[in-house]
Amino acid sequence: MLSNALTDREGARWAPTDAEIGRFRYLAESTRKLFLDTVFRYGRGHCGPCLSEIEILISLYFAELRIDERDPKSPDRDRFILSKGHGALGLYCVFAQRGLIETKELATFEALGARLQGHVDSIHLPWVELTTGSLGQGLSVALGMAIGARRLGKDIRAYCVLGDGETQEGNVWEAAMAAAKFKADNLLAIVDWNGLQGGITMEVMPSLEPFAAKWQAFGWHVIDIPGHDIGALLAAYHEARMVRGKPTVIIARTVKGKGVSYMENQVEWHGGTVTPALYDQAMSEIEPRLAQLESYR
Amino acid sequence: MNWQKASLRDALGRSLVAIGERDDKVLVVNADLRNSVKTTYFMERFPDRTIEVGIAEQNMIGVAAGLAMMGFIPFAVTFARFASKRAADQISMSVDYCRTNVRIIGAYAGIFTGMQGVSQQMIDDTAAMRAMPNMTVIDTADAREIAAVIDYAVGHEGPLYIRVGRDDWPVVFDGAYVFRLGKGHWLRQGHDVALISSGVLLPYALEAAEVLRGEGIEAGVVNMPTVKPIDADLIADAANRIGAIVAIENHNVQAGFGSAIAEVVVARAPCPMEFIGIQNEYSQSAPNDDLAEHHRLTPPHIAAAARRAIARKRG
Repeated sequence: MLSNALTDREGARWAPTDAEIGRFRYLAESTRKLFLDTVFRYGRGHCGPCLSEIEILISLYFAELRIDERDPKSPDRDRFILSKGHGALGLYCVFAQRGLIETKELATFEALGARLQGHVDSIHLPWVELTTGSLGQGLSVALGMAIGARRLGKDIRAYCVLGDGETQEGNVWEAAMAAAKFKADNLLAIVDWNGLQGGITMEVMPSLEPFAAKWQAFGWHVIDIPGHDIGALLAAYHEARMVRGKPTVIIARTVKGKGVSYMENQVEWHGGTVTPALYDQAMSEIEPRLAQLESYR
Repeated sequence: MNWQKASLRDALGRSLVAIGERDDKVLVVNADLRNSVKTTYFMERFPDRTIEVGIAEQNMIGVAAGLAMMGFIPFAVTFARFASKRAADQISMSVDYCRTNVRIIGAYAGIFTGMQGVSQQMIDDTAAMRAMPNMTVIDTADAREIAAVIDYAVGHEGPLYIRVGRDDWPVVFDGAYVFRLGKGHWLRQGHDVALISSGVLLPYALEAAEVLRGEGIEAGVVNMPTVKPIDADLIADAANRIGAIVAIENHNVQAGFGSAIAEVVVARAPCPMEFIGIQNEYSQSAPNDDLAEHHRLTPPHIAAAARRAIARKRG
């Protein structure tokens, strides 16, 4: 059975209640904790880019994507591509929260033969639609899926999360140009704009600005929102559904390393190792927030 | 020999229409170049099943992969250079690694591409494609083989790269030709040397065998369209029985079809080999006959290579 909490109730009733948003916020914060537990225990992970994408992925997997949690290949499912493939462990934690994989499987991250490869991998893990990490390619495949879905006459939507630095790839703009031509209104791109890339700030890079205007000029409907605001994300997904005749991009303004003060906006936390002292400090920040949200659980 | 000729690109265009009639899941994904690769025929017959992405080969491969994942049978058609080089990583990641059912047509493969020079020729696409672990690679010799291979491609499972030429070219096969994946076939038997050809130099190989017969040398001729998976049994049999092989291809001799044969020969039945193809240099724009002679691809050069291989046979 394909289902999701909010997308199944279109029209006036789509809007999430405060309790629902609270629950998603709780889930996001507990996913953050799960992520840090995993990184601390198993030693590795892209901390910054995973922590910036958590709210985007939680809101997608709990409130937007129609999936069958018992069948990853259910034919009429929505298609989701994490084009920023280095956000893998963040996505795996969301999969665990959603019950698609067992939490204990996170212990196998990056091990020989593991389903949970270092970058998301569709050959190893059926919940992943496309192997990514060679940046700039996911949006093209999502576009192909969107065109294919429409050819089949099916109400299937294609979603693609990109990194901000990833959009320096020319392939992204080839796909952007074509998506407008094909009027792919069942395609939603979400750019995790955390303002840093790799081990460096984006100021030293060729400028992507004016970023929103670029997408507009390419014929896209653009929604620019704070990317850790669950309510804003859900409203943007709903708005994208209502757009006809053009694809939508959500520019989600996020914070790299969000939720752990010493990681936030720090280029050295693209990767990084969490020592016991740093782990304790992170928990001392996350656990009070979790306690505050406990009533929404 | 007096060959009847037929346009290779025209055969490609007509063949795509033929499979389009047969299976409505067949789509053609274009990156411009419709007039050059003759997908105009498909577009005229099936405008709704033609996906045009513009001059953007990376996106072409990604879109084709997405369509394949939705159950369609996309043929991504462009020049061999632009497919195998411009979109190489997209092919590697989204098609080959992910084992996506995308059929990539590398048109204008090799050097006989209408006097347009290096940028429209491609001498190292086989090398790039056969090094991809999941890729099947097929080269085509004439208009009939193109039709047979395109027909086969509809039902193929997994990533597929097909080399196709451009110009009017000798028709070697008749209507009875059957393509079998991974199988070479003997067009002519001979116990002194085996001329094993993949692609459009096949008529030259047949003519070389005639030249050699005049000298009392019996050359066997094999057409081997499938470069990968290579027909290792046929090659080992030829090496064992005949003991001298000339590999013939419209491609750089480094890392191409001849190298694929050599990998089998050294592992299973070492014997002398010679390599006819582009000798690790770029080509240029010139009439096809001039290019063939310049790159030493013509029957006299194949015959000379055969003599060299025979001379190095043991005993």
